Amino acid sequence: MSVTAYLVLACVLFAIGGTTVLVRRNSIVVFMGIELMLNAANLAFLAFSRMWGTLDGQLAAFFVMVVAAAEVVVGLAIIVSLFRTRRTVSVDDESLLRH
Amino acid sequence: MSSASDAFLSLDWGRLAPVLIVLGAAVAGVLVEAFVPRKARRPVQIILSLLAVVAAGLVTLMMALDPDKRAVPISLSSAQSLTLDPMAMYLQLAVCASALLGLLVIADRTVQGDDAFTPQAASVPGSEYEDQARRAGLVQTDVYPLVLFATGGMLLFPAARDLLTMFVALEVLSLPLYLLSGLARHRRLLSQEASLKYFLLGATASAFFLFGCAWVYGATGQLTLTGIGLQTGQHLGMDPILLVGVILICVGLLFKVGAVPFHSWTPDVYQGAPTPITGFMAACTKIAAFGALLRVLYSMVPTLEWDITPALWTVAILTMVVGTVVGVVQKDIKRMLAYSAIAHAGFILTGVVTFTSEGLTGSLFYLFTYGLATVGGFGVIALIREVDAEGHMRGEATSLDQWRGLGRRSPVLASVFAIFLLTFAGIPLTSGFVGKFAVFAAAFGEGAWALGLVGLACSAVAAFFYFRVIVVMFFAGEPAEPARGGLGVGVRTQGLTQVAITVALIATLVLGIVPGWFLDFTGDLSLLVVP
Repeated sequence: MSVTAYLVLACVLFAIGGTTVLVRRNSIVVFMGIELMLNAANLAFLAFSRMWGTLDGQLAAFFVMVVAAAEVVVGLAIIVSLFRTRRTVSVDDESLLRH
Repeated sequence: MSSASDAFLSLDWGRLAPVLIVLGAAVAGVLVEAFVPRKARRPVQIILSLLAVVAAGLVTLMMALDPDKRAVPISLSSAQSLTLDPMAMYLQLAVCASALLGLLVIADRTVQGDDAFTPQAASVPGSEYEDQARRAGLVQTDVYPLVLFATGGMLLFPAARDLLTMFVALEVLSLPLYLLSGLARHRRLLSQEASLKYFLLGATASAFFLFGCAWVYGATGQLTLTGIGLQTGQHLGMDPILLVGVILICVGLLFKVGAVPFHSWTPDVYQGAPTPITGFMAACTKIAAFGALLRVLYSMVPTLEWDITPALWTVAILTMVVGTVVGVVQKDIKRMLAYSAIAHAGFILTGVVTFTSEGLTGSLFYLFTYGLATVGGFGVIALIREVDAEGHMRGEATSLDQWRGLGRRSPVLASVFAIFLLTFAGIPLTSGFVGKFAVFAAAFGEGAWALGLVGLACSAVAAFFYFRVIVVMFFAGEPAEPARGGLGVGVRTQGLTQVAITVALIATLVLGIVPGWFLDFTGDLSLLVVP
């Protein structure tokens, strides 16, 4: 299969992730959208790595996985602490800070 | 295999020392949390983190002043993922200076023992557990290692030589800040909300940055900035892909500096985060992120200058205009300074997008002085607390109504804050004026009249809202009806904040009255060399 197919898939995943971030209200689902965007980047890295025949892209994918794991730790900690306070994870309810 | 180990052994560890000291102290701080008895933890953490930042700053300063080291910038690590050229050293110095002052404000507490952070971050606001934690005098000392981790990331960010290192540094500096934003002692709901907003938007921006890195890698087959720079010179027929990648990377970086249209997090996070943290991140994140942006624009894609300049001009102009216009109507002092920070990002961008050495020097000088003044300004805000009718001290008084007549209640603090406002406004004899003059002169010199004129107009409008605060503090009468939550009064603390404010004030005035030597120093160091 040509590299293009993987790149198209990466773009589609990135777009789905971005749309999820924009339209979903549950902050956990928003967070899932962000993870999808990161994984889309990983897929693009791997496809390009194959295309150029260098290992840099694969190396990058490993780093991104570790960073994404760290991000999950921080993100879920924040979301859980908010849930315990307000009994909701909807981003629409987070509206105390306004002009 | 042997060549890799040779490269490892022949690393110039001395040049890496600032980053190693700060990150090492951060790891040690985590161990302190585990092994040091609770009573001793706070002093140990404070001393450890202050020493680490001072040591890192001194080592950087020594390297920056050493002509040999300055002349021969090197790449570090076997994969050559860091470069310590003069610009990186200068920005690391700026980060260390602002982080040191920021840490002093963070470490301070009132004479009653009230610091800026919640006694127990895991407790639910308003719960019995939180009350018990407060009565037991618990302290959330994890703050210090988190600040050090963030500082370590900020030291790496402007020195990154490839996109992968840049991404890792971006996350290392961001993740602790997301947490720190949510730890305020007072108004915890606002603080937690700020934390969530910062996290969701920041993580999205990181994803854009990363996706951009992937496309740039695809277009050039390289991750190092130099390699990409060389490839972009020769047209490979991949220009559209490269351009998309570069734009996505710029989106991620412009988010971090708080440029319009990627600024929406700034006011909320600046307002909700604990004030000492706001000062720290306002100053240091801006320095580090502009460093990375400069590196991407100047050493990675100089050949794309013609393609991305229009977009960057638009962003710079929008940033200045939105920052000032929306800032005028703010009623909360922290929120107002957040919009002021957005406007300042626009002024600095003006120097950046000229793509000249004058513009570079101006931006670097601006970043250094703005960082110090910002920490000082937020340090003053951290000291102004609201006092209710019975004389009980509560959270910070951030509403502008509560600042009415502050000049009579706390004349010294009010005067000092007025000077910081004057430097933000860019009034002569303050460092803000010199910085503004340097970037606008560079813009006009390069024929960027539109940028320069918009910048001047915005400075004039912005001066209005800074002066409004001064008028409110010194010349406004008592409010007709008492301000909600009680009036703001300067509070007595253990003195660390006062030290930070004094240093920031002296720096602001000295660099405003005799800026020549420091401009020369900046000019010497405003050099990007990617070996």
